[in-house]
Amino acid sequence: MAYDLLEEYLRVERLPHVWCPGCGHGVITHALACAMAELRLDPDRTAVIGGIGCSGRAAFLFDMDAMHTTHGRAIVFATGLKLVRPQLTVILTLGDGDAVGIGGNHFIHACRRNLDLTAIIYNNSIYGQTGGQVAPTTPPHKKSTTSPYGNLEYPFDIAQLAIAAGATYVARTTSFDFRDMVKFIKRGILHKGFAVIEVLTHCPTYYGRLNEMRDPYEMLHRLKEHTVPLEEWEQLSAEERADKIVVGELHCQERPEFVESYYALITRMQSQQVKGDGN
Amino acid sequence: MREPELVQGNEACARGALYAGCRFFAGYPITPSSEIMEYLAREMPKVGGICLQMEDEIASISAVIGASWGGAKAMTATSGPGFSLMQESIGYAAITETPCVIVDAQRWSPSTGQPTKAAQGDVMQARWGTHGDHPIIVLTASWVREVFEMTVHAFNFAEKYRVPVILLLDEVLAHLRENVILPEPGELEVISRQRPERLEDFQPFANEMMLNFGEGGHIMVTGMAHDEMGFPTQGQKAAEQLKRIVSKIERRAEELALYRAHYLDDAEAVIISYGITSRAVEAAVELMRAQGLAVGFLDLKTLWPFPEKLIRSWTEGVQYVLVPELNLGQLVREVERAVGGRAPVEHLGRVDGYLITPQEICQRVQERLGVNHGVRSS
Amino acid sequence: MATKQIQLSGAGGQGLVLAGVILAEAAMRDGKNVAVAQSYGPEARLGASKAEVIISTEKIAYPQVTRPDILLCLSQDAFAKYFPAVDNHALVVIDSTQVHMKSRERDNIIQLPLLRAAVEHVGNKLVTNIVALGALNALTGLVSWENLERAVAQRTPAKFRDQNLRALAVGRQLAQHILTNQTKEVDLWQQQQRPNGKAS
Repeated sequence: MAYDLLEEYLRVERLPHVWCPGCGHGVITHALACAMAELRLDPDRTAVIGGIGCSGRAAFLFDMDAMHTTHGRAIVFATGLKLVRPQLTVILTLGDGDAVGIGGNHFIHACRRNLDLTAIIYNNSIYGQTGGQVAPTTPPHKKSTTSPYGNLEYPFDIAQLAIAAGATYVARTTSFDFRDMVKFIKRGILHKGFAVIEVLTHCPTYYGRLNEMRDPYEMLHRLKEHTVPLEEWEQLSAEERADKIVVGELHCQERPEFVESYYALITRMQSQQVKGDGN
Repeated sequence: MREPELVQGNEACARGALYAGCRFFAGYPITPSSEIMEYLAREMPKVGGICLQMEDEIASISAVIGASWGGAKAMTATSGPGFSLMQESIGYAAITETPCVIVDAQRWSPSTGQPTKAAQGDVMQARWGTHGDHPIIVLTASWVREVFEMTVHAFNFAEKYRVPVILLLDEVLAHLRENVILPEPGELEVISRQRPERLEDFQPFANEMMLNFGEGGHIMVTGMAHDEMGFPTQGQKAAEQLKRIVSKIERRAEELALYRAHYLDDAEAVIISYGITSRAVEAAVELMRAQGLAVGFLDLKTLWPFPEKLIRSWTEGVQYVLVPELNLGQLVREVERAVGGRAPVEHLGRVDGYLITPQEICQRVQERLGVNHGVRSS
Repeated sequence: MATKQIQLSGAGGQGLVLAGVILAEAAMRDGKNVAVAQSYGPEARLGASKAEVIISTEKIAYPQVTRPDILLCLSQDAFAKYFPAVDNHALVVIDSTQVHMKSRERDNIIQLPLLRAAVEHVGNKLVTNIVALGALNALTGLVSWENLERAVAQRTPAKFRDQNLRALAVGRQLAQHILTNQTKEVDLWQQQQRPNGKAS
């Protein structure tokens, strides 16, 4: 992707970004910008809505209407915006804590409602911006500043949660798989309905340091090693699947999209009124 | 002459919102405000607007803010428990200067309290519910027709000054039905946000001009302390911006002060009230005037910014000030501060879920004015 | 009439708020000022429920009933709760099908088998509230029949409009029995005197 094309979508004057050296968030954000550029989205008709946390900072980097909301609520801010401006392409940049921790309720209801939004979830398995606390996505036994003896809880599988809650496009990839990120984000944006693209990524500063994986490259490599494309996953035994995570386009379904349904209702009610006025 | 109609307080609020141009509502069911959402769920699609029941009140106010940036006049309605949930996003609306209206039909609180009993206990929460210094306008109403009018004012203030406006109702008024003739189109002024004339050098967080999303402005909106362009800032710039947004409301306290004053010219005693309690005050003052007592009342419609100068001037030279409210003492402290010791200021509170009656007010004022020494009520 | 304060009490689900709204709407069409306040508990059905209607030729400042001129009780609980609070001038109407008095508690309590009349003469117990309105209006002349009928027709579902209008007529007839002292069918304690409160 040519740099000058990206310039149309990014506030390059705000680079370098605030993320730590070795963090995967910049790569995901780059992939999002590439997806926008490849789709030739009109920056005047595109908006990025971010939550609070490391991922929320992505909103500041896009040269378009952008909103850095409150923690966990990006989806519902976007819901109001999209409903009154259906012509806008609205993209969410969410963290794992943002999406399924504090914002979990909004997340499942957005999946159910099937509003035409594209949610990119930067899942680094930890609360990074606040200093490395345990997240609803932290694997069992892993350490964080608030699970100093190892996590006693079990994590959400965000993609499966999204599918179960009714999201109509769900894909998962890693920050290692740049081309898949761009491909899935593009398909998510083109998909009419609530699209979730979960990107597994790494946080060397906290997750890595607290769990003896300081080297960002090593972490990135582990992401690749521990993930299996959907086609291969289906051939694996339960045992072989044990410490692996499936990636790929996990779910795609057609279901009435909420904005369209609501505007169809408006049309129906207004045409009835015109008829009713004749009485 | 138009026919009167029997309208409920909540319905008047919903109709006032539509009259003011509200085209987005998001809410969550809660007694005693639910009829507002029920009315708008029926009527919004007919006017091309959107009414959405969200998963909770946090989602409701957040969707309202998103919709407002999309260009719609937007509102939510709730009661105490939901109002508490909304506080964080109300702060976001304040710092991002987002026009929006939040209706709180107060009920006996705290917590679940008594959902079907009236109260006026959210006066301080309406002002200071969200964290930190912030601008806010809080209106209230006492009559069904006034609910309609104040809803229109709420939108006008929100749009004109880019500020969240809270309308405090209460359980009794929300459910009260009265014969009213509601304003016709054109009868009340309707104000919409001002667009900047030029996009090129527009600073979205420098004044009350507003550019919506989707209009080519590439606006950056954040709840972080931000500069005129909407990007994070600190230190002196953050202080300047906070002072600007707070003072844009506080310095206009007088022009924002809506009220009704009656019998004040010769009053020895002044009763200062708001909301549903003003109805008892008005009845009591009429009774006492019929007895020849020099009692007047000031019925506040704007609670915040607190109309300090107004109170000071109307209580000049009076012997006694009474502040009845359905709580254990909230606005009375502001009144005390404004009166500044020049007259005794007393509170008449009631928290058993019932309204203060005209008789209670008469008794207290008569006692204090040395008339009809009866049993003391407090 | 300057001001009349009316309390319609009973249990949730008996349609008391609707009855209050219909009465107020009729009074409004008669050119009066009205206020209808409701009081209810957390239950959608049963529990105590009360509608308060104020009808006045004057501006209604205080919107709630302070001294009822008329009290209707459709449940034993409501009778126990609200009857002791009314003073002697008030006209009290109870549904003798649903409220039982241990003794003759006051001369001006009118007992009418409202629920029974709804079931037997209209075939629907859900219109008891409208039967009560018909009876109350016959006893007090609070509002014009024309506007009361119009309000009943407008505020009740189209499907049940005829039933509700019939209920209004049934209630009116029940009360006529009292007014003309033909009390066999309605099993009254005693009530011949036309209550005060006739609209002027």
